[in-house]
This record gives sequence, structure tokens and C-alpha cells, in this order.
Amino acid sequence: MPDKDINASQGDAVKGGLLRRFLDTPPDNTVKTLVIAIGLCLLASMVVSAAAVSLRPLQQQNAALDKQVNILEVAGVYEPGMDVAAAFDKFEPHVLELSTGTFTDQFDPAEFDDRAAASDPELSHALDSDPASIGRQADFVTVYLLRDADGALDKVILPIYGYGLWSTLYGFIAVEEDGNTIYGLQFYEHAETPGLGAEVDNPRWKALWNGKQLRTEDGAGELAITVAKAPPPEGRDYFVDALSGATLTSRGVNNLVKFWMSERGFEPFLERVRAGEI
Amino acid sequence: MAQTYRTMLVDPMVDNNPITLQVLGICSALAVTSSLKVALVMALAVTLVTAFSSMFISVLRSQIPSSIRIIVQMIIIASLVIVVDQVLKAYAYEISKTLSVFVGLIITNCIVMGRAEAFAMKNPPIASFVDGVGNGMGYGLILMLVGFIRELFGSGSLFGITILPTVNNGGWYVPNGLLLLPPSAFFVIGLLIWGFRSWKPEQVEDREYRIQTVEAH
Repeated sequence: MPDKDINASQGDAVKGGLLRRFLDTPPDNTVKTLVIAIGLCLLASMVVSAAAVSLRPLQQQNAALDKQVNILEVAGVYEPGMDVAAAFDKFEPHVLELSTGTFTDQFDPAEFDDRAAASDPELSHALDSDPASIGRQADFVTVYLLRDADGALDKVILPIYGYGLWSTLYGFIAVEEDGNTIYGLQFYEHAETPGLGAEVDNPRWKALWNGKQLRTEDGAGELAITVAKAPPPEGRDYFVDALSGATLTSRGVNNLVKFWMSERGFEPFLERVRAGEI
Repeated sequence: MAQTYRTMLVDPMVDNNPITLQVLGICSALAVTSSLKVALVMALAVTLVTAFSSMFISVLRSQIPSSIRIIVQMIIIASLVIVVDQVLKAYAYEISKTLSVFVGLIITNCIVMGRAEAFAMKNPPIASFVDGVGNGMGYGLILMLVGFIRELFGSGSLFGITILPTVNNGGWYVPNGLLLLPPSAFFVIGLLIWGFRSWKPEQVEDREYRIQTVEAH
């Protein structure tokens, strides 16, 4: 550290005013140390909060747009460069009560925050058996319906999430109007190993889900959808080939899909879809 | 001044590179070099943070109490890193998703602290700024080199553009999965250091020990 002019005469200091006197005080003076520490912290916190507050609208917009793009992608209607907001308007958002499989008017779907609900003790419950490793499950989630030109149900887009190897994978599963055939599956947020677990994003792997059946006997039977290493020939409709080199991520995806498609997940709702009630 | 701005800018590229000579900032070099695009953004972020933190620290250098000097440096660096992180989230959302935690970890990047402590505390603001830019670019150069090798041979692409079509996507190239995992960066950086020191033997460190010959009786 360069030496300060410690011996600045007091007379000169007074002449220069308070700031001058402060600057001329040796840096190791206790008062000066405190003033610098507190002042700098205040200044830094102001800069940081200014950046955070002024950029927040843009960031939220980005996150919302990213989620919308994923919903469009999983429903198979996304094309690069398209007007995402306009395309997304065709989707009907609904807040679903999982236990009954019915839509609720308690919340505004545009405002409802699924992730906040999952940690809100009022809106969620702890899981005793927790195959997807999510800890708490929300009682309400946002689902999206896509209808065709005649107003008949075309697809339902259901949010799913669960733990893989390193991270919680958040995604959507699109189920066709029969309530049993998978149209697509896609994760929009995860931190799995690049090149191995992160291959859940590989279009070729995602395409494997297309046309798979959730349950046997056109939905009336057992939950059969499985991610497995060696699909038996007779189970082709229910088996998705696991990712090579990513055993634990594949296992995580298997568990979370099974969990969310079970009676504790979307089954009450899918049952109503199969009955044509939606 | 013994150093000109030009040498401050050019020296950290090869002659005094923060990664290959000083062996600093290795952890982030492992984490963010699996694709070139991410490596480039990380290099820019580190360069900005190093340059501006050095400048601000240099402005304050005669006023910073030595008892809390590291804390003061950390506050300045951390604030800048948070600002960079927020800007990335607002304007480069996709990339900030990939970089995730590593932008925040620039705070702990030894290069930033190292330049603050070794250069900015003793030199005027503009020189410190230039020194920060130089060191950030030296770091970025190695990041890009490692990223080039890892992305080309690990994913068969450069900046996300397919160069070697991989078998997974119906091509002929069988990618080397090891190159996508962090340990491979150790090998690549090790080879780079070897290359740099063979090219410039003066970079080779002195041995920490000397073999003594004992006379036999």
C-alpha cells in the first residue's frame, strides 16, 4: 500500500473542509475504517439493488417466454421465429385440483405460481413415499388445454418434475385427447451432466415418447409407461429406451413420470379426459 | 512507468498468462469450457469484472484501510458480479441458464482477486483497468482454446454449428464423451501448459528441490 501523507498539518486540513480532512486521515484510523466499510456497503447495495430492480421485468419476461416456448414445443406447434405470445393464446390455462381432477376457480391461472404453491404449507402436503424426490407436492397445479378448430379437446399439457442425478428436472408432458397416448415430453429446466443425462434434451430421445401409452387396455389397465434399458418386444407401446451412460437420470425420469401419471398425480384428471368430460 | 499499456494488454496472453503460467482460475475453466459459446460469454464476463473491479479498487487504493482491504475488494468484485449476472439473465437468458452458478462464482475466481491485490492496489486507475482487460483476455484465450478442443471433439460442433456430424444424429463421428466432462479440461489445460512452456522455456519454474550427489566412500 502506498503511504498516505500522515503528517498533514491540521491547519491545512481544516481549510480544505470535512471531506479533505477525511481523505487525509490515515486509512488505518478506526473511525475511517468504519466509515469506509459502511459507506462502501451502502453504495454497493444500492448499485446491486438498482440493477436487480431495473432488470427484473425483462428477466421475468424471459422466464415466462421460455416456459411458453416449452409448452408450444411439447405440444408440437413450435416453429423457430414464430410469434410465441399469439400461439400461446390458443392454450387454455386452468388451475387443477389434483386429488379430484377438477378445475378450480379459486385461483387465477395467469397469476398462479406452481412452484410457490409446492412450498406453501397451505397449498401442499408432505409426501410419505416420494419416488420423484420432490419433498412436498402441491394440491393445485396449472395445466394447459389445446383445442382444435371445432373446440374439441386436442391435447392436455401437464407439468411434471422430479429429481434426476444432480438436479430437479422440470418439464411438461403432452397427452392426447384419449387421455392415454403421450404426444411429447420435454424438460425446460435441469442441470444434468452435459452429453449424458442432459441428453434428455436430445430431439431424437424426446421423439421416442411420441405415441407411447401410459396405461394398458387403452387407459383402463395398469400404469405401464417405463423408461428401461431393454424394452421387451411385447411392451413396445409402454417402454421408452433409457439414455445410455445416464442410468440415474433415466431412473429419475422413469420415477417422476410414473409418479405424476399415478393416482397421486394426474390420474384423476386423466380419467376424466378419457371419459370425455373435459 | 516501466510497463506500457500495450505490454499490460499483451503480456497476460502468453508471457504471463493467468491460467498457464500462474495456474489461477482453473475451476471455472473446467466448468464452462464444454461449449465455445458459453466459454466466450464467461470470458467476457470475467474480463469486464476484472477490468472494472481493478479500476474501482485502484481509485480507492489510497483510502482503503489495510485491515479490511480484502473485504473491500470483495465487496466491489461481488457487486460487479451480481450486476453482470442480472444483465445476463435479462439479455442472454439461454446462456445464463447454461452458465447458471458459474457467473456467481466469478467472485471466487483467483484472477480477479489476484489482479486487485497485486496490481490495482499499487497502480493508477487507467493502468489497472488495462491490466484487468489484459488478464481477462488472457483467461479468455485459454478458455476459448480449451472450449474449441472440447466442443469440436466432444460434440462435433463449434459454436453449436455441426462440424463433425455425430452418430447420435445420423452422422459418422463417434464423439469422445470424456471431453464433455470436467476432468478432460484438466488434460487439455495440462497439455496447453506443456506446449506453452516448451515454446517459452523461461516459463518453466525452478525446481523446489535439488538433487545432491553424495560422494561414495
